[in-house]
Amino acid sequence: MSLTALMLLPLIGAVVVFALPAGRDLLAKQVALGFGLVVAVAAVVMGLGMDKSNGGLQYVEKYSWIPSFGISWGLGVDGISIVLIVMAAVMVPLVFIAGWNDVENAGRGTVKGFFSLMLLLEVFMIGVFAATDLFLFYVFFEAMLIPIYFLIGRFGGPQRAYAAMKFLLYSLVGGLFMLAALIGLYVVSARELGAGTFDYTALTQLHIDPATQKMLFLGFFFAFAVKAPMVPFHTWLPDAAAESTPGTATLLVGVLDKVGTFGMIHYLLPIFPDASKYFAPAIITLAVISIFYGALLAIGQSDMMRLVAFSSVSHFGFIVMGIFAFTSQGLSGSTLYMVNHGFSTGALFLVVGYLSSRRGSKNIADFGGVQKVAPIMAGVFLLAGLSSLALPGMSSFVSEFLVLVGTFSEYPQAANIATVGIVLAAFYILWMYQRTMTGEPSQEVSSTVNEISKRELVAIVPIIAIIIAFGLFPQGLLNIINPTTKQVQSTVQVVDPAPAVQGLASTEGSGS
Amino acid sequence: MNNTFEYAALAPVVILLSAGVISMLIEAFAPRDTRRALELTLVFATLAVAFAYVGINMAKEIPGGAPLNGGQSHGIRQLAAGGAAAIDGPGLFLQGTLLLVAFVAALLLAERGIDPQGDAFAARASTLPGSEDERQFTAQGWFQTEIWPLFLFSVGGMLLFVIANDFLTMFVALEVLSLPLYLLAGMARRRRLLSQEAALKYFVLGAFSSAFFLFGSALIYAVTGALDFSTINASLGNVTQDGLVLAGVGLIAVGLLFKVGAVPFHQWTPDVYQGSPTPITAFMAAATKIAAFGAMFRVFYVAFSGMRWDWRPMMWVIAILSMLIGSVIAVTQTDIKRMLAFSSVAHTGFILLGLIATSGHGLSATLFYLFAYGFTTLGSFAIVSLVRDASGEATHLSQWAGLGKKSPVVATVFAFFLLALAGIPLTSGFTAKFAIFTAAIEGGATPLVIVAVVASAIAAFFYARVIVLMFFTEPPVDGPSVVVPSSLTSAAIAISAVITLILGVFPQPILDAVANAGLFVR
Repeated sequence: MSLTALMLLPLIGAVVVFALPAGRDLLAKQVALGFGLVVAVAAVVMGLGMDKSNGGLQYVEKYSWIPSFGISWGLGVDGISIVLIVMAAVMVPLVFIAGWNDVENAGRGTVKGFFSLMLLLEVFMIGVFAATDLFLFYVFFEAMLIPIYFLIGRFGGPQRAYAAMKFLLYSLVGGLFMLAALIGLYVVSARELGAGTFDYTALTQLHIDPATQKMLFLGFFFAFAVKAPMVPFHTWLPDAAAESTPGTATLLVGVLDKVGTFGMIHYLLPIFPDASKYFAPAIITLAVISIFYGALLAIGQSDMMRLVAFSSVSHFGFIVMGIFAFTSQGLSGSTLYMVNHGFSTGALFLVVGYLSSRRGSKNIADFGGVQKVAPIMAGVFLLAGLSSLALPGMSSFVSEFLVLVGTFSEYPQAANIATVGIVLAAFYILWMYQRTMTGEPSQEVSSTVNEISKRELVAIVPIIAIIIAFGLFPQGLLNIINPTTKQVQSTVQVVDPAPAVQGLASTEGSGS
Repeated sequence: MNNTFEYAALAPVVILLSAGVISMLIEAFAPRDTRRALELTLVFATLAVAFAYVGINMAKEIPGGAPLNGGQSHGIRQLAAGGAAAIDGPGLFLQGTLLLVAFVAALLLAERGIDPQGDAFAARASTLPGSEDERQFTAQGWFQTEIWPLFLFSVGGMLLFVIANDFLTMFVALEVLSLPLYLLAGMARRRRLLSQEAALKYFVLGAFSSAFFLFGSALIYAVTGALDFSTINASLGNVTQDGLVLAGVGLIAVGLLFKVGAVPFHQWTPDVYQGSPTPITAFMAAATKIAAFGAMFRVFYVAFSGMRWDWRPMMWVIAILSMLIGSVIAVTQTDIKRMLAFSSVAHTGFILLGLIATSGHGLSATLFYLFAYGFTTLGSFAIVSLVRDASGEATHLSQWAGLGKKSPVVATVFAFFLLALAGIPLTSGFTAKFAIFTAAIEGGATPLVIVAVVASAIAAFFYARVIVLMFFTEPPVDGPSVVVPSSLTSAAIAISAVITLILGVFPQPILDAVANAGLFVR
């Protein structure tokens, strides 16, 4: 199985689903789900087949594309990108199952259009993580916008056109700055190597002078910070998440936004090590602000989708903080966090979707007492929420802990302040739970909110199982991730600070 | 330099201008009902033969020809007609591009299936708008085939414009290409007053700019005693009258910048683009820009290359103004043709980056950009001509609402062209922007590239807005409908779309072609 084939599968699926005759909605869904499952299995098989002793690129493919610009069709995965690809591939069929009936009454697009766009999006999601040619990465980075734009703009809430436009403009502006930096990097590589290149390995070996590094770094960072999203470039996310269908929101926040943090760890650190170190304190400050700002705004939300979206802004703060701490725990923790956040936020979005499709509203105030009428639903909601607030035993706890430990050894103040963010997370999640689930159900709630269906359980149980499994046994994932984070750390030429007390700190850089 | 004329090298120009004369004779002597068939045969045959000749010239090696000026380019590189014309890689590439663009534009001009009254041109241009004569001629189903000689002369002028190697030839070519365009701009069948106003504006401003150009040439001649570019460049090195030289360069620049529609000489573009018959707008927007940039590059790369430190700051300012003003004002437009006009102003700014780079890469990136932009523009205007209501073309943006629902194919293709204009990856616009930005950074114009990126972001907004309008809004109740065009316009749109796609996905052959074009011969 090659990566190209892994991308071709959903692409064929998208075309097939789109070519189905109009009106055959059920068939379209079944075909799409079939393709989604096949891709998921293929991705998991590829993930299991990774050589764990090697932190470099595997499954490498390279074909010349535009030789004049040194551009090639280059794919390959390392420990970080493979786990993200597997996460994306696993989420897609689950999102299909969860959103089985969401499309008919959302917006004005067709059912086959929705599922076809979702599969197309999967192609680009795999591509953006697997690209080893920076130009190809940029192409996928931008190309992703198109399916997402239509997914929000055609299938969503009443403000969907506004949200889709805002999303598109933010992403385009970020992308264009990245383009300028990309071209700059190309010119630098042409100057140093004689012929310009976009090859990842070649770029990481460049010796760029610090002043140029800073300029180029900022161009890339801006695009990634918009994508991630970090305060103050985050304002598109709540609108986009709240106006899209729960399935779209899950993929948007759970997978696509990871491109931002993935880009930081995969491109910024190895290619611009000096600039990364130079800007690290400023970025950590922004990250801490994101943690707090996101959490505080999440507390203030009355719309559940927006609340989850703001909680993600806070979580992304943690991820970015871990990355720019440059410690092995921080880097591994952040990578793990990306995976866990994908699953836990996905679970929350999907359950909120279940609730809102029943009640016809996403407002917290319209709920209350759901526990009494739909206990399993409430239980699932609580589990998803607990995972989001990083309860020990859930996978997100491991990653959050690693990030804080990793940050503490380099930036103790930042880690100290960020710890308060955990308390805020508990507050917004549990308060939302209290307001929606506990108490006496109102007339509307007891008449509309019925128990979770089998189909919905089929979608959500695997996610929760994954969350708990990786919470108890994170080592399996860390074994894949760690070799790569070690390598990233070595390209930045940073070593972990010696622990103050010998013998207490783990030398392996894992929290288990 | 010798005194022979080198007919073979100049064949494309000669063919086009001769065909223009024959076409006029057809108008004068052929029976009315046979004219269209004769003219169309003549036009397409002429374009094909001229294109073949460009190909032959590209393939031909001239042993011991004119001095080669570096580069590993293939094909013919020589001065022809006593140094008045320079046949070289860039010149031939531009001629080929112009002929292809003219071919697609001719398909649009020949269309008679869109307007229920006939084609896009007035039944008789000489009748007064709104008069009884006009009504009668229209009712009798008269057609004007006089557009064809004008079209051929204009293309011939353009072919000469891009190879002109002295200021006198260049001026003559400028007039030969412009005068027919002034006339064609005024010949719209619908909204004739608007069209005539556009023609007059275009003519008056164009005449002004030609005068500037001529005045500048005279000043340069006064200082250097030469009209041909390489002599001028050689003698400018040891000239002391800086004021005269700078004034000359400035005035020549004004004349050329007017033609490419750069700020602050862009005022004519929105009015002329809006008022002209849409096939003419398409032709003008694509071909004039290609020809004028070709000439401009030759002037500044050959004649004034020695004093690039003097003219570069001026071009920086003009490029920045064009990019920003073009994009920002396009946002406020409510007419699709005016919007595309301001977008073309912004694109002029982008192309100027290639001029400012003053390098081989800058030149080849520009050649690629012009090729890509030409076809995208043709395609977009071709689609504009399809969306109509009872009174003619529906160009107000509000009338385009919900087009995606009524005619998904047309709306999708138009969205594709808009994405190409915005420079989204996998379209020709992206490859072009990428090439030209790279050249600009190599040439030390990084700040300009950042401005260009900002302008692209602004531009993306108004392109995306049209897409939103077409796909995400409900169509108005009595909205316009999309006319199903004849195979002529369909072919034009299909060719443009395919080229726009191929240059985005597999641009290598054209990139090789522009790289092989090499530098200007001196």
